[in-house]
Amino acid sequence: MIQVLAFYLFAVTAVIAGVMVVFSRNPVHSVLWLIFAFFSSAGLFVMMGAEFLAMLLMIVYVGAVAVLFLFVVMMLDVDFAELRGRVAEYLPIGLAIGLVMLMQLSFGFLAWQEVDAARPAETMARGVGNAHQLGEVIYTKYVYAFQASGLILLVAMIGAIVLTLRHREGVKKQSVMSQLYRDPKEAVVMRDVKPGGSL
Amino acid sequence: MIGLTHYLGVAAMLFVIGVFGIFLNRKNIIIILMSIELMLLAVNINFVAFSTHLGDIGGQVFTLFVLTVAAAEAAIGLAILVCFHRNRGTIAVEDVNMMKG
Repeated sequence: MIQVLAFYLFAVTAVIAGVMVVFSRNPVHSVLWLIFAFFSSAGLFVMMGAEFLAMLLMIVYVGAVAVLFLFVVMMLDVDFAELRGRVAEYLPIGLAIGLVMLMQLSFGFLAWQEVDAARPAETMARGVGNAHQLGEVIYTKYVYAFQASGLILLVAMIGAIVLTLRHREGVKKQSVMSQLYRDPKEAVVMRDVKPGGSL
Repeated sequence: MIGLTHYLGVAAMLFVIGVFGIFLNRKNIIIILMSIELMLLAVNINFVAFSTHLGDIGGQVFTLFVLTVAAAEAAIGLAILVCFHRNRGTIAVEDVNMMKG
């Protein structure tokens, strides 16, 4: 009973948050609703027995991606009201495509039948935690994919830095090398100042 | 009792909301990126639901990879956005025509 209640709580909040992401007038509110959607989905993940992924969703999305979105939305000085534009014009075609897609998906679910012969052997080890189960296959069976995902993250990091790095002219910066190679013989000049005279 | 179909239903709804969001906010690229994140989330829910249903951990492993790719995609997309806004002063999708594509 509590499971059913929890499922509907998380499911309904996830869908409502998703709708609000799309319909919010203010992009900052959209990002906050996106965070809420990810929270609810993490709850669904926990209910499905994928605790590790639920926590990962929290760390990666709420902790990193959503903050990145918030940062960009707040940093860019853009008139978002102007960007909304002709929503009413796109509404019918969007609704039609959404409806068709939902129907296709639901037909797919209705027509889907489980074939016992196609069922893979159960690879979930019993009696160990979810993170343990993931760890057992990630470094053995899926090690190349794991390395590739690390490479993707490296490329993304370098790409983001290269894209946003900017060299501006006329900015005063500390030059460590010229500081290190500064010679006291050239920096200090001894002058003999006569009494009553000046330099 | 909550079964596979319930989770698939939620995932389908979230996916359709994502597609709908792209059509509705086709001028605002930030909302488009967020809609893509919603669609990827729906795919992840599908992966995990089938993983639990079939008792196969592979689905959860692929969810992990989808999360990685989604994070990389968001970072690159927002970096391009910041770069574009610096050069053109706007982020309207209709104005993106510098490459004459």
